[in-house]
Amino acid sequence: MTSTLTPVRSKRSALTKGQLPKYAPYVVLAAALILGAAVLALVGFNAFGWGVVSAILFAIGLVSWSAAVEGSRKAKDKLATCLVVGSFLVALLPLVSVIWTVLVNGIPGLLTPGFLSSSMNGVTGVYDRRAVEEGAPVLGGIYHALLGTVEITLLATVISVPVGLLTAIYLVEYGRDGRLARAITFFVDVMTGIPSIVAGLFAAAFFFAVVGPGTKTGAVAAVALSVLMIPVVVRSSEEMLKIVPNELREAAYALGVRKWRTIVKVVIPTAISGIASGVTLAIARVIGETAPILVTAGFATSINSNVFSGWMASLPTFIYTQILNPTSPANPDPSSQRAWGAALVLIILVMILNLGARLIARVFAPKTGR
Amino acid sequence: MTATPLTRTQGAGRAGDKIFSGAALAAGCLILAVLFGVALFLVVQAIPALTAPAAEIQGGAGFFAYIWPIVIGTLIAAVIALVIATPIAIGVALFISHFAPRGLAAGLGYVVDLLAAIPSVVYGAWGATFLAGQISPAYNWLAQNMGWLPIFQGPASATGKTILTAGIVLAVMVLPIITSLSREIFLQTPKLHEEAALALGATRWEMIKMSVLPFARPGIISAVMLGLGRALGETMAVALVLSSGALTASLIQSGNQTIAAEIALNFPEASGLKVSTLIAAGLVLFIITLAVNMIARWIITRHKEFSGAN
Repeated sequence: MTSTLTPVRSKRSALTKGQLPKYAPYVVLAAALILGAAVLALVGFNAFGWGVVSAILFAIGLVSWSAAVEGSRKAKDKLATCLVVGSFLVALLPLVSVIWTVLVNGIPGLLTPGFLSSSMNGVTGVYDRRAVEEGAPVLGGIYHALLGTVEITLLATVISVPVGLLTAIYLVEYGRDGRLARAITFFVDVMTGIPSIVAGLFAAAFFFAVVGPGTKTGAVAAVALSVLMIPVVVRSSEEMLKIVPNELREAAYALGVRKWRTIVKVVIPTAISGIASGVTLAIARVIGETAPILVTAGFATSINSNVFSGWMASLPTFIYTQILNPTSPANPDPSSQRAWGAALVLIILVMILNLGARLIARVFAPKTGR
Repeated sequence: MTATPLTRTQGAGRAGDKIFSGAALAAGCLILAVLFGVALFLVVQAIPALTAPAAEIQGGAGFFAYIWPIVIGTLIAAVIALVIATPIAIGVALFISHFAPRGLAAGLGYVVDLLAAIPSVVYGAWGATFLAGQISPAYNWLAQNMGWLPIFQGPASATGKTILTAGIVLAVMVLPIITSLSREIFLQTPKLHEEAALALGATRWEMIKMSVLPFARPGIISAVMLGLGRALGETMAVALVLSSGALTASLIQSGNQTIAAEIALNFPEASGLKVSTLIAAGLVLFIITLAVNMIARWIITRHKEFSGAN
């Protein structure tokens, strides 16, 4: 197609030099799809390869056509656009693939009777072998892990929110760019980057030193999660407190209200929607953490509702152990079915928390007069 | 709050003020204490491993011989992740900030943030059960056609559970971080610079090359550094995906190991000196990520002062 258009270009002056017609991308796309299908038909067709080959052909076709008609600058622009759009599509691939895999593998697990209401206590490889060989129902569930996740996350929230919120108040209301405030801001930023497993090791090392070697309970895991959660709470609350208009504070001071009453009665209520949604997002971040729980709470197969004693299961560690060490090593299918069911539950929890955060921010947002 | 019944008298309100500001100050100091405590307790628990005779450490050749292969493995996995994720993340950020239609941009940003919301263990499970199986034919092809390169030396792993697969999963996990940070910086580019470039007849790509990218370069560098910090410390993707082993140059054979995965795989059953060894490994990881993060933050603050002066 380029050869027919080249002579046309040479006849025109530099100013009226041609542009690609509006329909050009669609023509090239259609040609690329057909050509891609033809190429793939030769080596064996699959949808993924078709998409990749067609995308490459589309980029080559459009850029070379543009280079022939419009010149190299416009062609470079087209190439950049193709690459940028292409990178976005590439980024969507794993997202779609992960969600698809979790849905396809997780729904059978989730729909098994008793999945949400039973634990793994007493479920041994014998039952899993029977499930594979004789078609008996897959036993065992995630009740203990769900309970552990909820309790550990709640305890972590109870620890992190007061500390995080008070720190944010210090930074915004009292610190005011002092040396300590700047140090805290810097180290909160640094804390955001602590690897989750190091937070777990810290909690483990702390309790080993204070309580005794080998201390592994839900509370230790909650401390580990707090280390990860506090910086997130501080950052989001700080941002929210900063945007509370100064006029509100000054009006309260003018009425003779003490500073702490101003903060509790005026500043925090104004910012509460943002703070609440920030806290919800922080919970969503730590609820899926695996490594810190693995090194601090161990893994249990039976129900343990006491966070202060004994090993405790949680959804992420449940998924991890079921995939890495199936209950019946010879028949891993029931274990992976349970793991994907748990993964689906975990993703649903995280999504609910994320949507909840957005809802909270919208519903409780203060009415602005301006 | 404890002073509430006393607020009738003059001095009590002042006491409430003092208690409240004291509590806020204490919370702030607690954070500094926690970070200090992280370092302190890791050091205290790690000392037995650092001082123990070489023969008692796993591998029998001392702590240094134990740690350096997994440090290298950690770096390899993180570098693979960044090499893959950085160009794609910058492309996605540019797409959302400068290419996508205005109405769509916010929604697309949310879609990329969804990637960050998926728990790491789910990525690990996906990488181990789906991606590894799908990608192993590609490794065979690489081993046959590019095997003369040491990094693609065959025979390729039949299960696909290699450091390259782990790196790809890590790339997916750091992608949203780099994307959201660089997107924010792209949006901060002075509108006048962009419009001046367009008014001179620049195409969109030339405008981005001349005004957006030079402005955003420090921001992109620090975003990549923060992504590096995350990739270094990520545990589950590697622990589930990689079938670990000794340090090897080939990326498509099973082998190599990272610090975080080594800790996660061995800590639950460890006891005695082994616990100290693993905590010492955690200390090394902590120091590496701390250095990376501090450099990144330092670049950001310097950039802030610079842009504030404009």
